Amino acid sequence: MDLLVNPTESSLLRFTTAGSVDDGKSTLIGRLLYDSKSIFEDQLLAVEESSKRRGDEHVNLALLTDGLRAEREQGITIDVAYRYFATPKRKFIIADTPGHIQYTRNMVTGASTADLAIILVDARHGVVEQTRRHTFLASLLRIEQIVLAINKMDLVEFSEARYNEILADFEQFRGSLENKVNVTVIPMSALNGDNVVDRSANMPWFTGKPLLEHLESVQVHVGESEGTARFPVQWVIRPQSDEYHDFRGFAGRVASGTFKVGDEVTAYPAGMNTRITGIHTLEGAKEEAIPSLSYSITLANEIDISRGDLITKADEPPQHSPHIDAMICWFTEKPLKPRGKFYLRHTTRTVRASVPDLLYKVNISTMERVPGPTEFGLNDIGCIRLRCASPLFFDPYNTNRTTGSFILVDEQTNNTVAAGMILRAVGDESIKSTDEFAI
Amino acid sequence: MSSSITHLQYLESEAIYILRETAAQFGKPAMLFSGGKDSIVMAWLARKAFHPAHLPFPLLHIDTGHNFPEAIEYRDWFVKEVKATLVVGSVQKSIDEGRAVEEKGHNASRNKLQTVTLLDTIEQHEFDACLGGGRRDEEKARAKERFFSHRDEFGQWDPKNQRPELWNIFNGRKNFGEHFRVFPLSNWTEMDVWQYIRQENIPLPNLYFSHQRRVIERHGQFLDAETGFVQLLDEEKSRIKEMTVRFRTVGDATCTGAVLSDASTIDDVVAEVAAARQTERGTRADDRRSETAMEDRKKEGYF
Ligand SMILES: Nc1nc2c(ncn2[C@@H]2O[C@H](COP(=O)(O)OP(=O)(O)O)[C@@H](O)[C@H]2O)c(=O)[nH]1
Repeated sequence: MDLLVNPTESSLLRFTTAGSVDDGKSTLIGRLLYDSKSIFEDQLLAVEESSKRRGDEHVNLALLTDGLRAEREQGITIDVAYRYFATPKRKFIIADTPGHIQYTRNMVTGASTADLAIILVDARHGVVEQTRRHTFLASLLRIEQIVLAINKMDLVEFSEARYNEILADFEQFRGSLENKVNVTVIPMSALNGDNVVDRSANMPWFTGKPLLEHLESVQVHVGESEGTARFPVQWVIRPQSDEYHDFRGFAGRVASGTFKVGDEVTAYPAGMNTRITGIHTLEGAKEEAIPSLSYSITLANEIDISRGDLITKADEPPQHSPHIDAMICWFTEKPLKPRGKFYLRHTTRTVRASVPDLLYKVNISTMERVPGPTEFGLNDIGCIRLRCASPLFFDPYNTNRTTGSFILVDEQTNNTVAAGMILRAVGDESIKSTDEFAI
Repeated sequence: MSSSITHLQYLESEAIYILRETAAQFGKPAMLFSGGKDSIVMAWLARKAFHPAHLPFPLLHIDTGHNFPEAIEYRDWFVKEVKATLVVGSVQKSIDEGRAVEEKGHNASRNKLQTVTLLDTIEQHEFDACLGGGRRDEEKARAKERFFSHRDEFGQWDPKNQRPELWNIFNGRKNFGEHFRVFPLSNWTEMDVWQYIRQENIPLPNLYFSHQRRVIERHGQFLDAETGFVQLLDEEKSRIKEMTVRFRTVGDATCTGAVLSDASTIDDVVAEVAAARQTERGTRADDRRSETAMEDRKKEGYF
């Protein structure tokens, strides 16, 4: 395969992988890297040596994706690791996350930046509890595309009947997911390479694309550029030079939608209207600013705008409220209890927040809501109410992954303790007046 | 990351985002600048991030004293070109002050000593964030590195105690005395770096292109015999040969191996990288010492 990717044409796809232990995830990633020639001789040599030392029979492709020493010793992967490979059509970033029950937080982390999730099942075991968990998490984080990879087909005689059985099981619970996802099912053998890069001669009944071809061609972010235009301000550029004496550029990365020179915009929290006079880059001025790219924007009026502010089109206001309900995943051993206080980071803004109420937890195997929790422990997922020291300007996570997401930071340790997805603003009537916010 | 933008546009924008976050979240950041291609690309991106203003942080060079003259020449030219401030931390000074002890023997390298000088310089200038050009594809231990990598007050990296990074929200909160290493090129591969250099026409030190050089072959790599920094064994002195080589990474002259190459233009280099069967770190003697060499050095505070 020719690695000379043409940079003017090749796009990027970020995906994550999930499966139970031993479903063949590491083997699959190793095979993608190997068959796309993304493994170098010295890496292969190192892996061959490790395999020998461990007494493995053949070169263990799974070792290629195994990172740190402690993990190598334990023989397991315990965090998110990122891998890279390219084909002439596309570049890929893999967030490799382990499938153990206790590592929900790693999958949430890997999924937060992914466009696609590969969920592995062992053809012998079919859809298991882990499959439901992983699919639920992928849909919760709003990954657009799921590939259900039915692996180890060689161990079920490449049986079409078995494939159909697993498919039927999967369809049954898919209907109960909150966010709808596109699912593509591919039967494969990662060990032997069937339907990974090359079409399998052992499964002529399967008419879909092999995995790599699917990854190369699947469309993502179709809706993003049509979405409402959002530009969180990161930094204000004020050159100390005569040439740019009056220049005041608001620097940031377009979260969604498109801005054009001349657009009427509103800056929040000020709520002031103005007009875009310029969209700047080092290469020169642009006519429009498109999603994912970074610019600095100049505006017609002298409005007080700083880091953490949000610029939107004037006729597309965001929601705003200091009180929100959000789905969270709790990340640390120390449990979340009602009345906990945190720093909340939302886009480029940080506000203090307290948690007056834990509303419900979600059993991610059955997708049932369990109301009235007294605390959230490590890896728990559920809905909480938040009260912020000043209003958030946001969109619900199910319409915007950037302006709908946040993290909670522990005030003492500074650690990131939760990932949050905003569901809605809470009306005044449902807020308890007893909850005092002490700043 | 929509299908309508290229992977290089995505990576560029992501790096600019990280650079602006670093400037905004830290009180006194600095950017490590070695004259190597990754730090050159990073500094190039910093220009884009803050244009038309100057860089809001100084460039920091940890100088082992074993430099290729071409790299220093380039450094000084670049600093002038972008009107940046340069801070130099000297390994020689650390040795003279007894803070670091020179390794002995013909495999001696100052690579490990850089850690002492780096940490001392960070403390002296009270830098609270150091931008580095590290990439996750360089080495296994880096695959789990964060964009914002937390270091304790001793500059140490604890792989078990790193903050999860979600969406594009980065948490740089820290206690007094702690600092961060920030890696805007985390998601770039060697190939991406070269393609970007080609796309942007970024000038590089000529070490990266094929040239005639007197070298000796040691452990299957070609080490420089021209600058005089590599300690040669007597039997090696008779084996010095002039070859057509280029460097894939440019670091301390004692541990940066050259590869035989005719690639004299950026297009040639991109073609060569595409065909290469060795990671670029494979040409660095310092990673060969043990399978987890990189991980061990990182824990101590290495870049
Ligand atoms: N027969 C068969 N074995 C496989 C296949 N894929 C993986 N395996 C084996 O399953 C075991 C677990 O694989 P590994 O990739 O380490 O699983 P992980 O825990 O999901 O990363 C290893 O012994 C693999 O060789 C496959 O398609 N067919």
